[in-house]
Amino acid sequence: MPAWLTRQQALIDFTLASLARRKLKNLGLLLVYTLIVFLLASVMLFGHALRREAAAVLKDSPEVIIQRMVAGRHDLIPPGYLDRLGHIRGVQSQQGRLWGYYYDPVVKANYTVMVPGPDAASPVATGRVVVGAAMARARGLAPGNLISLRAYSGRLFSFTVADVLDHDSELVSADLVLMTEADFRAFFEITAGHYTDIVLSVANPQEVRNVAAKISAALPDSRPILRDEVLRTYESVFNWREGIVLVLLAGALLAFAIFAWEKASGLSAEEKREIGILKAIGWETGDVLKMKFWEGALVSLTAFLLGYVAAYLHVFHFASALFEPVLKGWAVLYPRFELTPAVDGLQVATLFFFTVFPYTVATTVPIWRAAITDPDAAMRG
Amino acid sequence: MWSRRVQRTLALLAALAAAFLLTCADTALAPEDQAAARLVARLRLTDLCLFTEARYTRHPSQADLHSPFQDHPLALEHFPSGSLLTPPIPHARLADPAASAD
Repeated sequence: MPAWLTRQQALIDFTLASLARRKLKNLGLLLVYTLIVFLLASVMLFGHALRREAAAVLKDSPEVIIQRMVAGRHDLIPPGYLDRLGHIRGVQSQQGRLWGYYYDPVVKANYTVMVPGPDAASPVATGRVVVGAAMARARGLAPGNLISLRAYSGRLFSFTVADVLDHDSELVSADLVLMTEADFRAFFEITAGHYTDIVLSVANPQEVRNVAAKISAALPDSRPILRDEVLRTYESVFNWREGIVLVLLAGALLAFAIFAWEKASGLSAEEKREIGILKAIGWETGDVLKMKFWEGALVSLTAFLLGYVAAYLHVFHFASALFEPVLKGWAVLYPRFELTPAVDGLQVATLFFFTVFPYTVATTVPIWRAAITDPDAAMRG
Repeated sequence: MWSRRVQRTLALLAALAAAFLLTCADTALAPEDQAAARLVARLRLTDLCLFTEARYTRHPSQADLHSPFQDHPLALEHFPSGSLLTPPIPHARLADPAASAD
Protein backbone atom coordinates (compact mmCIF):
# COMPACT_ATOMS: atom_id res chain seq x y z
CA MET A 1 0.00 0.00 0.00
CA PRO A 2 1.47 3.43 -0.88
CA ALA A 3 2.75 5.46 2.07
CA TRP A 4 0.29 8.32 1.34
CA LEU A 5 -2.70 5.99 1.48
CA THR A 6 -1.48 4.35 4.68
CA ARG A 7 -1.10 7.78 6.22
CA GLN A 8 -4.65 8.82 5.23
CA GLN A 9 -6.02 5.53 6.53
CA ALA A 10 -4.31 6.10 9.88
CA LEU A 11 -5.66 9.66 10.00
CA ILE A 12 -9.21 8.50 9.23
CA ASP A 13 -8.89 5.79 11.86
CA PHE A 14 -7.76 8.33 14.43
CA THR A 15 -10.56 10.75 13.39
CA LEU A 16 -13.19 8.04 13.79
CA ALA A 17 -11.87 7.15 17.23
CA SER A 18 -11.95 10.84 18.14
CA LEU A 19 -15.56 11.15 16.91
CA ALA A 20 -16.54 8.00 18.80
CA ARG A 21 -15.28 9.52 22.06
CA ARG A 22 -18.02 12.19 21.76
CA LYS A 23 -20.52 9.81 20.26
CA LEU A 24 -23.78 11.42 21.45
CA LYS A 25 -22.81 14.95 20.46
CA ASN A 26 -21.61 13.89 17.02
CA LEU A 27 -24.61 11.65 16.35
CA GLY A 28 -26.90 14.55 17.31
CA LEU A 29 -25.04 16.81 14.89
CA LEU A 30 -25.26 14.20 12.12
CA LEU A 31 -29.01 13.82 12.70
CA VAL A 32 -29.74 17.56 12.58
CA TYR A 33 -27.43 18.00 9.60
CA THR A 34 -29.12 15.12 7.72
CA LEU A 35 -32.57 16.55 8.53
CA ILE A 36 -31.63 19.96 7.13
CA VAL A 37 -30.26 18.42 3.91
CA PHE A 38 -33.39 16.27 3.70
CA LEU A 39 -35.73 19.27 3.97
CA LEU A 40 -33.77 21.41 1.51
CA ALA A 41 -33.40 18.57 -0.98
CA SER A 42 -37.10 17.64 -0.69
CA VAL A 43 -38.21 21.20 -1.49
CA MET A 44 -35.73 21.42 -4.34
CA LEU A 45 -36.62 18.05 -5.88
CA PHE A 46 -40.37 18.59 -5.44
CA GLY A 47 -40.31 22.05 -7.01
CA HIS A 48 -38.21 20.94 -9.96
CA ALA A 49 -40.24 17.76 -10.58
CA LEU A 50 -43.54 19.70 -10.47
CA ARG A 51 -42.21 22.26 -12.94
CA ARG A 52 -41.05 19.49 -15.27
CA GLU A 53 -44.34 17.62 -14.87
CA ALA A 54 -46.40 20.74 -15.61
CA ALA A 55 -44.33 21.48 -18.72
CA ALA A 56 -44.57 17.86 -19.94
CA VAL A 57 -48.28 17.48 -19.22
CA LEU A 58 -49.39 20.85 -20.59
CA LYS A 59 -47.23 20.83 -23.74
CA ASP A 60 -50.30 19.78 -25.78
CA SER A 61 -52.76 22.16 -24.14
CA PRO A 62 -54.67 24.43 -26.57
CA GLU A 63 -52.48 26.73 -28.65
CA VAL A 64 -54.66 29.80 -28.03
CA ILE A 65 -57.71 30.26 -25.82
CA ILE A 66 -60.02 33.19 -26.39
CA GLN A 67 -62.01 34.45 -23.42
CA ARG A 68 -64.50 37.28 -23.44
CA MET A 69 -64.22 39.87 -20.68
CA VAL A 70 -67.16 41.94 -19.42
CA ALA A 71 -66.45 44.52 -16.69
CA GLY A 72 -63.12 42.84 -15.94
CA ARG A 73 -64.66 39.41 -15.57
CA HIS A 74 -64.72 36.32 -17.70
CA ASP A 75 -68.06 36.05 -19.54
CA LEU A 76 -69.72 33.65 -21.99
CA ILE A 77 -68.82 33.87 -25.68
CA PRO A 78 -71.94 35.03 -27.55
CA PRO A 79 -73.06 33.57 -30.90
CA GLY A 80 -71.20 34.91 -33.92
CA TYR A 81 -67.73 35.07 -32.36
CA LEU A 82 -66.72 31.65 -33.69
CA ASP A 83 -67.53 32.71 -37.26
CA ARG A 84 -65.71 36.00 -36.93
CA LEU A 85 -62.61 34.21 -35.65
CA GLY A 86 -62.76 31.86 -38.64
CA HIS A 87 -62.30 34.83 -40.96
CA ILE A 88 -59.03 35.91 -39.38
CA ARG A 89 -56.09 34.94 -41.55
CA GLY A 90 -53.83 32.36 -39.93
CA VAL A 91 -56.52 30.68 -37.83
CA GLN A 92 -56.59 27.01 -38.78
CA SER A 93 -59.51 25.82 -36.66
CA GLN A 94 -61.70 27.18 -33.91
CA GLN A 95 -63.94 25.33 -31.49
CA GLY A 96 -66.07 26.48 -28.58
CA ARG A 97 -65.38 24.92 -25.19
CA LEU A 98 -68.08 24.38 -22.60
CA TRP A 99 -66.97 24.07 -19.01
CA GLY A 100 -67.87 25.47 -15.64
CA TYR A 101 -67.77 24.91 -11.92
CA TYR A 102 -70.26 23.10 -9.74
CA TYR A 103 -70.22 23.23 -5.93
CA ASP A 104 -71.38 19.95 -4.45
CA PRO A 105 -72.81 20.61 -0.98
CA VAL A 106 -72.79 16.87 -0.18
CA VAL A 107 -68.99 16.68 0.06
CA LYS A 108 -68.39 20.46 0.10
CA ALA A 109 -66.20 20.26 -2.98
CA ASN A 110 -65.98 22.08 -6.30
CA TYR A 111 -66.08 20.08 -9.51
CA THR A 112 -65.04 21.18 -12.98
CA VAL A 113 -67.88 20.18 -15.30
CA MET A 114 -66.82 19.89 -18.89
CA VAL A 115 -67.93 18.80 -22.34
CA PRO A 116 -65.30 16.70 -24.15
CA GLY A 117 -64.41 18.04 -27.60
CA PRO A 118 -66.14 16.60 -30.66
CA ASP A 119 -62.99 14.71 -31.64
CA ALA A 120 -62.49 13.16 -28.17
CA ALA A 121 -61.76 9.44 -28.50
CA SER A 122 -64.55 8.22 -26.20
CA PRO A 123 -67.41 10.70 -26.05
CA VAL A 124 -69.97 10.37 -23.27
CA ALA A 125 -73.63 9.54 -23.92
CA THR A 126 -76.67 11.57 -22.90
CA GLY A 127 -77.61 11.03 -19.24
CA ARG A 128 -74.18 9.59 -18.48
CA VAL A 129 -71.08 11.18 -16.98
CA VAL A 130 -67.42 10.28 -16.73
CA VAL A 131 -65.87 11.45 -13.46
CA GLY A 132 -62.35 12.10 -12.15
CA ALA A 133 -60.77 9.65 -9.71
CA ALA A 134 -60.67 12.05 -6.71
CA MET A 135 -64.32 12.98 -7.23
CA ALA A 136 -65.25 9.28 -7.43
CA ARG A 137 -63.42 8.70 -4.14
CA ALA A 138 -65.11 11.67 -2.44
CA ARG A 139 -68.60 10.55 -3.48
CA GLY A 140 -67.90 6.81 -3.33
CA LEU A 141 -68.78 6.34 -7.01
CA ALA A 142 -68.10 3.44 -9.34
CA PRO A 143 -69.16 2.83 -12.97
CA GLY A 144 -72.90 2.09 -13.11
CA ASN A 145 -73.79 4.20 -10.02
CA LEU A 146 -76.31 7.01 -10.17
CA ILE A 147 -75.38 10.52 -9.07
CA SER A 148 -77.90 13.30 -8.47
CA LEU A 149 -76.81 16.91 -8.76
CA ARG A 150 -79.03 19.91 -8.05
CA ALA A 151 -78.48 22.51 -10.75
CA TYR A 152 -78.15 26.23 -9.96
CA SER A 153 -81.73 26.57 -11.26
CA GLY A 154 -82.94 24.26 -8.48
CA ARG A 155 -83.79 21.33 -10.78
CA LEU A 156 -82.47 17.92 -9.82
CA PHE A 157 -80.51 16.01 -12.49
CA SER A 158 -79.58 12.33 -12.27
CA PHE A 159 -76.68 10.90 -14.21
CA THR A 160 -75.27 7.40 -14.54
CA VAL A 161 -71.53 7.14 -14.01
CA ALA A 162 -70.28 5.62 -17.26
CA ASP A 163 -66.63 5.51 -16.26
CA VAL A 164 -64.01 6.84 -13.85
CA LEU A 165 -61.00 8.55 -15.42
CA ASP A 166 -57.66 6.80 -15.14
CA HIS A 167 -55.79 7.28 -11.86
CA ASP A 168 -52.59 8.00 -13.83
CA SER A 169 -54.07 11.24 -15.15
CA GLU A 170 -55.32 12.46 -11.77
CA LEU A 171 -52.98 15.45 -11.74
CA VAL A 172 -55.14 17.08 -14.42
CA SER A 173 -58.45 15.28 -13.99
CA ALA A 174 -59.11 14.75 -10.26
CA ASP A 175 -62.25 16.92 -10.12
CA LEU A 176 -63.58 16.54 -13.66
CA VAL A 177 -67.17 15.64 -14.54
CA LEU A 178 -67.55 15.04 -18.29
CA MET A 179 -71.02 15.17 -19.83
CA THR A 180 -72.61 15.72 -23.24
CA GLU A 181 -73.18 19.18 -24.65
CA ALA A 182 -76.98 18.77 -24.36
CA ASP A 183 -76.74 17.74 -20.69
CA PHE A 184 -74.33 20.59 -19.97
CA ARG A 185 -76.57 23.22 -21.57
CA ALA A 186 -79.62 21.87 -19.72
CA PHE A 187 -77.77 21.63 -16.40
CA PHE A 188 -76.32 25.16 -16.47
CA GLU A 189 -79.13 26.64 -18.61
CA ILE A 190 -76.75 27.93 -21.28
CA THR A 191 -78.52 28.56 -24.54
CA ALA A 192 -77.27 27.16 -27.83
CA GLY A 193 -74.53 29.18 -29.54
CA HIS A 194 -72.97 30.36 -26.28
CA TYR A 195 -69.65 28.95 -25.13
CA THR A 196 -67.38 29.33 -22.10
CA ASP A 197 -64.38 30.11 -24.27
CA ILE A 198 -62.89 29.25 -27.65
CA VAL A 199 -59.81 27.19 -28.50
CA LEU A 200 -57.89 28.03 -31.62
CA SER A 201 -55.16 26.36 -33.53
CA VAL A 202 -52.88 28.44 -35.69
CA ALA A 203 -51.48 27.18 -39.01
CA ASN A 204 -47.98 28.53 -38.45
CA PRO A 205 -46.68 28.25 -34.86
CA GLN A 206 -44.38 31.25 -35.52
CA GLU A 207 -47.46 33.38 -36.16
CA VAL A 208 -49.30 32.67 -32.88
CA ARG A 209 -48.55 36.09 -31.40
CA ASN A 210 -49.52 37.93 -34.59
CA VAL A 211 -52.79 36.01 -34.85
CA ALA A 212 -53.55 36.77 -31.18
CA ALA A 213 -52.86 40.47 -31.83
CA LYS A 214 -55.23 40.39 -34.82
CA ILE A 215 -57.92 38.78 -32.65
CA SER A 216 -57.45 41.45 -29.96
CA ALA A 217 -57.91 44.11 -32.63
CA ALA A 218 -60.95 42.45 -34.24
CA LEU A 219 -62.66 41.55 -30.95
CA PRO A 220 -61.54 44.16 -28.40
CA ASP A 221 -63.47 42.54 -25.52
CA SER A 222 -61.59 39.26 -26.01
CA ARG A 223 -58.57 38.10 -24.11
CA PRO A 224 -56.28 35.64 -25.89
CA ILE A 225 -54.27 33.29 -23.66
CA LEU A 226 -51.37 31.59 -25.42
CA ARG A 227 -49.97 28.18 -24.54
CA ASP A 228 -46.63 29.84 -23.75
CA GLU A 229 -48.39 31.96 -21.14
CA VAL A 230 -50.00 28.89 -19.56
CA LEU A 231 -46.58 27.24 -19.28
CA ARG A 232 -45.06 30.46 -17.96
CA THR A 233 -47.80 30.67 -15.32
CA TYR A 234 -46.88 27.22 -14.04
CA GLU A 235 -43.18 28.01 -14.07
CA SER A 236 -43.79 31.04 -11.85
CA VAL A 237 -46.35 29.26 -9.64
CA PHE A 238 -43.83 26.66 -8.58
CA ASN A 239 -40.95 29.11 -8.25
CA TRP A 240 -43.13 31.13 -5.90
CA ARG A 241 -44.16 28.08 -3.90
CA GLU A 242 -40.59 26.80 -3.61
CA GLY A 243 -39.54 30.30 -2.50
CA ILE A 244 -42.23 30.43 0.20
CA VAL A 245 -41.23 27.06 1.64
CA LEU A 246 -37.57 28.10 1.61
CA VAL A 247 -38.43 31.32 3.46
CA LEU A 248 -40.25 29.25 6.08
CA LEU A 249 -37.20 27.00 6.30
CA ALA A 250 -34.84 29.98 6.64
CA GLY A 251 -35.27 30.07 10.44
CA ALA A 252 -34.32 26.40 10.73
CA LEU A 253 -31.39 26.96 8.38
CA LEU A 254 -30.04 29.86 10.41
CA ALA A 255 -30.39 27.84 13.63
CA PHE A 256 -28.42 25.03 11.99
CA ALA A 257 -25.77 27.44 10.70
CA ILE A 258 -25.26 28.78 14.24
CA PHE A 259 -25.21 25.27 15.68
CA ALA A 260 -22.74 23.97 13.09
CA TRP A 261 -20.52 27.04 13.38
CA GLU A 262 -20.50 26.76 17.15
CA LYS A 263 -19.76 23.04 17.00
CA ALA A 264 -17.15 23.37 14.29
CA SER A 265 -15.36 26.55 15.24
CA GLY A 266 -15.60 26.78 19.01
CA LEU A 267 -12.98 24.34 20.17
CA SER A 268 -13.61 22.82 23.55
CA ALA A 269 -10.81 22.75 26.12
CA GLU A 270 -10.67 18.98 25.61
CA GLU A 271 -10.11 19.36 21.88
CA LYS A 272 -7.43 22.00 22.44
CA ARG A 273 -5.65 19.71 24.87
CA GLU A 274 -5.90 16.87 22.35
CA ILE A 275 -4.26 19.01 19.67
CA GLY A 276 -1.55 20.08 22.13
CA ILE A 277 -0.79 16.44 22.98
CA LEU A 278 -0.70 15.45 19.30
CA LYS A 279 1.75 18.26 18.56
CA ALA A 280 3.85 17.35 21.62
CA ILE A 281 4.19 13.72 20.50
CA GLY A 282 5.40 14.77 17.10
CA TRP A 283 2.37 15.41 14.86
CA GLU A 284 2.89 18.15 12.35
CA THR A 285 0.45 21.01 11.86
CA GLY A 286 -0.42 19.54 8.45
CA ASP A 287 -1.38 16.20 10.02
CA VAL A 288 -3.67 17.86 12.55
CA LEU A 289 -5.33 19.83 9.76
CA LYS A 290 -5.78 16.71 7.63
CA MET A 291 -7.28 14.87 10.59
CA LYS A 292 -9.83 17.65 11.11
CA PHE A 293 -10.48 17.89 7.40
CA TRP A 294 -11.40 14.20 7.41
CA GLU A 295 -13.68 14.80 10.37
CA GLY A 296 -15.59 17.59 8.57
CA ALA A 297 -15.66 15.72 5.28
CA LEU A 298 -16.90 12.44 6.78
CA VAL A 299 -19.68 14.09 8.80
CA SER A 300 -20.87 16.40 6.04
CA LEU A 301 -20.61 13.83 3.25
CA THR A 302 -22.54 11.25 5.26
CA ALA A 303 -25.22 13.84 6.14
CA PHE A 304 -25.48 14.98 2.51
CA LEU A 305 -25.80 11.48 1.05
CA LEU A 306 -28.23 10.30 3.74
CA GLY A 307 -30.36 13.45 3.52
CA TYR A 308 -30.43 13.51 -0.30
CA VAL A 309 -31.30 9.83 -0.72
CA ALA A 310 -34.05 10.12 1.95
CA ALA A 311 -35.43 13.24 0.20
CA TYR A 312 -35.43 11.45 -3.18
CA LEU A 313 -37.38 8.52 -1.73
CA HIS A 314 -39.77 10.91 0.05
CA VAL A 315 -40.58 12.94 -3.06
CA PHE A 316 -40.63 10.26 -5.76
CA HIS A 317 -41.58 7.05 -3.95
CA PHE A 318 -43.65 8.23 -0.97
CA ALA A 319 -45.64 10.91 -2.87
CA SER A 320 -44.14 13.83 -0.85
CA ALA A 321 -46.20 12.79 2.18
CA LEU A 322 -44.76 15.55 4.38
CA PHE A 323 -45.75 18.33 1.95
CA GLU A 324 -49.23 17.03 1.28
CA PRO A 325 -50.98 18.85 4.17
CA VAL A 326 -49.42 22.16 3.05
CA LEU A 327 -50.35 21.67 -0.59
CA LYS A 328 -53.85 20.43 0.09
CA GLY A 329 -55.00 23.74 1.52
CA TRP A 330 -58.73 23.62 2.00
CA ALA A 331 -59.34 21.37 -0.96
CA VAL A 332 -61.65 18.43 -0.36
CA LEU A 333 -60.54 16.92 -3.66
CA TYR A 334 -56.84 16.46 -3.93
CA PRO A 335 -55.20 14.42 -6.65
CA ARG A 336 -53.08 11.44 -5.69
CA PHE A 337 -50.16 11.66 -8.03
CA GLU A 338 -46.66 10.38 -8.22
CA LEU A 339 -44.17 12.68 -9.83
CA THR A 340 -41.92 11.37 -12.57
CA PRO A 341 -38.39 11.47 -11.15
CA ALA A 342 -36.57 14.51 -12.52
CA VAL A 343 -33.38 15.93 -11.05
CA ASP A 344 -31.52 19.09 -12.00
CA GLY A 345 -27.80 18.30 -11.74
CA LEU A 346 -26.90 21.94 -11.15
CA GLN A 347 -29.32 22.15 -8.21
CA VAL A 348 -27.82 19.00 -6.65
CA ALA A 349 -24.30 20.40 -7.13
CA THR A 350 -25.39 23.70 -5.52
CA LEU A 351 -26.93 21.84 -2.58
CA PHE A 352 -23.74 19.78 -2.21
CA PHE A 353 -21.56 22.89 -2.30
CA PHE A 354 -23.64 24.82 0.21
CA THR A 355 -23.99 21.97 2.70
CA VAL A 356 -20.67 20.11 2.56
CA PHE A 357 -18.18 22.88 1.81
CA PRO A 358 -19.03 25.42 4.60
CA TYR A 359 -18.99 22.78 7.31
CA THR A 360 -15.66 21.34 6.20
CA VAL A 361 -14.11 24.83 6.12
CA ALA A 362 -15.67 25.76 9.47
CA THR A 363 -14.09 22.66 10.99
CA THR A 364 -10.65 23.23 9.54
CA VAL A 365 -10.01 26.97 10.07
CA PRO A 366 -10.16 27.13 13.92
CA ILE A 367 -8.09 23.96 14.13
CA TRP A 368 -5.43 25.59 11.99
CA ARG A 369 -5.35 28.47 14.49
CA ALA A 370 -5.00 26.06 17.42
CA ALA A 371 -2.49 23.88 15.58
CA ILE A 372 -0.01 26.69 14.91
CA THR A 373 0.17 27.67 18.60
CA ASP A 374 2.77 26.27 20.94
CA PRO A 375 1.86 22.73 22.18
CA ASP A 376 2.43 23.76 25.78
CA ALA A 377 0.07 26.76 25.45
CA ALA A 378 -2.51 24.61 23.63
CA MET A 379 -2.42 21.93 26.36
CA ARG A 380 -2.85 24.54 29.08
CA GLY A 381 -5.91 25.87 27.18
CA MET B 1 -4.16 -3.26 6.57
CA TRP B 2 -7.35 -1.26 7.02
CA SER B 3 -8.68 -1.21 10.56
CA ARG B 4 -12.20 -2.58 11.10
CA ARG B 5 -13.47 0.91 12.04
CA VAL B 6 -12.22 2.39 8.78
CA GLN B 7 -13.58 -0.55 6.80
CA ARG B 8 -17.05 -0.11 8.34
CA THR B 9 -17.08 3.63 7.69
CA LEU B 10 -15.92 3.26 4.10
CA ALA B 11 -18.51 0.52 3.54
CA LEU B 12 -21.23 2.86 4.86
CA LEU B 13 -20.06 5.68 2.61
CA ALA B 14 -19.83 3.31 -0.38
CA ALA B 15 -23.39 2.10 0.30
CA LEU B 16 -24.64 5.69 0.49
CA ALA B 17 -22.77 6.63 -2.69
CA ALA B 18 -24.29 3.58 -4.42
CA ALA B 19 -27.76 4.68 -3.24
CA PHE B 20 -27.04 8.16 -4.65
CA LEU B 21 -26.03 6.63 -8.00
CA LEU B 22 -29.17 4.49 -7.93
CA THR B 23 -31.29 7.65 -7.63
CA CYS B 24 -29.52 8.96 -10.76
CA ALA B 25 -30.25 5.71 -12.59
CA ASP B 26 -33.86 5.79 -11.37
CA THR B 27 -34.25 9.30 -12.83
CA ALA B 28 -32.66 8.33 -16.13
CA LEU B 29 -34.78 5.20 -16.54
CA ALA B 30 -38.10 6.67 -15.33
CA PRO B 31 -40.72 6.40 -18.09
CA GLU B 32 -42.49 9.62 -19.05
CA ASP B 33 -46.07 9.49 -17.81
CA GLN B 34 -48.14 9.96 -20.96
CA ALA B 35 -51.64 9.41 -19.54
CA ALA B 36 -52.09 12.96 -18.22
CA ALA B 37 -50.57 14.53 -21.35
CA ARG B 38 -52.90 12.49 -23.59
CA LEU B 39 -55.93 13.57 -21.55
CA VAL B 40 -54.84 17.22 -21.77
CA ALA B 41 -54.70 16.96 -25.56
CA ARG B 42 -57.98 15.01 -25.79
CA LEU B 43 -60.05 17.24 -23.50
CA ARG B 44 -58.22 20.49 -24.32
CA LEU B 45 -57.32 21.09 -20.66
CA THR B 46 -55.24 24.03 -19.52
CA ASP B 47 -54.39 23.54 -15.86
CA LEU B 48 -53.20 21.13 -13.20
CA CYS B 49 -55.83 20.14 -10.66
CA LEU B 50 -53.95 21.07 -7.48
CA PHE B 51 -56.34 23.42 -5.62
CA THR B 52 -60.04 23.15 -6.32
CA GLU B 53 -61.46 25.64 -3.82
CA ALA B 54 -61.51 28.77 -5.98
CA ARG B 55 -61.54 29.33 -9.72
CA TYR B 56 -58.30 31.32 -9.67
CA THR B 57 -56.54 28.46 -7.86
CA ARG B 58 -58.13 25.68 -9.94
CA HIS B 59 -57.33 27.38 -13.24
CA PRO B 60 -54.57 29.92 -12.50
CA SER B 61 -53.69 30.27 -16.17
CA GLN B 62 -57.27 31.26 -17.03
CA ALA B 63 -57.84 33.63 -14.12
CA ASP B 64 -57.91 37.39 -14.51
CA LEU B 65 -56.13 39.76 -12.15
CA HIS B 66 -59.38 40.64 -10.37
CA SER B 67 -60.57 37.14 -9.56
CA PRO B 68 -58.99 36.85 -6.07
CA PHE B 69 -60.84 40.06 -5.12
CA GLN B 70 -64.14 39.09 -6.62
CA ASP B 71 -66.52 40.25 -3.89
CA HIS B 72 -65.68 43.94 -3.89
CA PRO B 73 -62.64 46.01 -4.83
CA LEU B 74 -61.01 45.97 -1.39
CA ALA B 75 -61.98 42.39 -0.51
CA LEU B 76 -59.25 40.24 0.93
CA GLU B 77 -59.02 36.93 -0.81
CA HIS B 78 -60.03 34.20 1.55
CA PHE B 79 -58.63 30.88 0.38
CA PRO B 80 -55.42 29.67 2.04
CA SER B 81 -54.01 28.21 -1.15
CA GLY B 82 -54.01 31.77 -2.50
CA SER B 83 -50.90 32.23 -0.35
CA LEU B 84 -49.24 29.28 -2.07
CA LEU B 85 -50.03 30.48 -5.57
CA THR B 86 -48.46 33.44 -7.20
CA PRO B 87 -50.92 36.17 -8.27
CA PRO B 88 -52.07 35.73 -11.90
CA ILE B 89 -49.30 37.08 -14.08
CA PRO B 90 -50.33 39.77 -16.56
CA HIS B 91 -50.79 38.29 -20.00
CA ALA B 92 -48.94 39.73 -22.95
CA ARG B 93 -50.30 42.99 -24.25
CA LEU B 94 -50.84 42.01 -27.80
CA ALA B 95 -52.48 44.78 -29.69
CA ASP B 96 -52.82 47.85 -27.58
CA PRO B 97 -50.00 48.60 -25.12
CA ALA B 98 -52.29 51.03 -23.33
CA ALA B 99 -54.87 48.34 -22.65
CA SER B 100 -55.18 46.84 -19.19
CA ALA B 101 -52.94 43.85 -18.50
CA ASP B 102 -55.89 41.48 -18.58
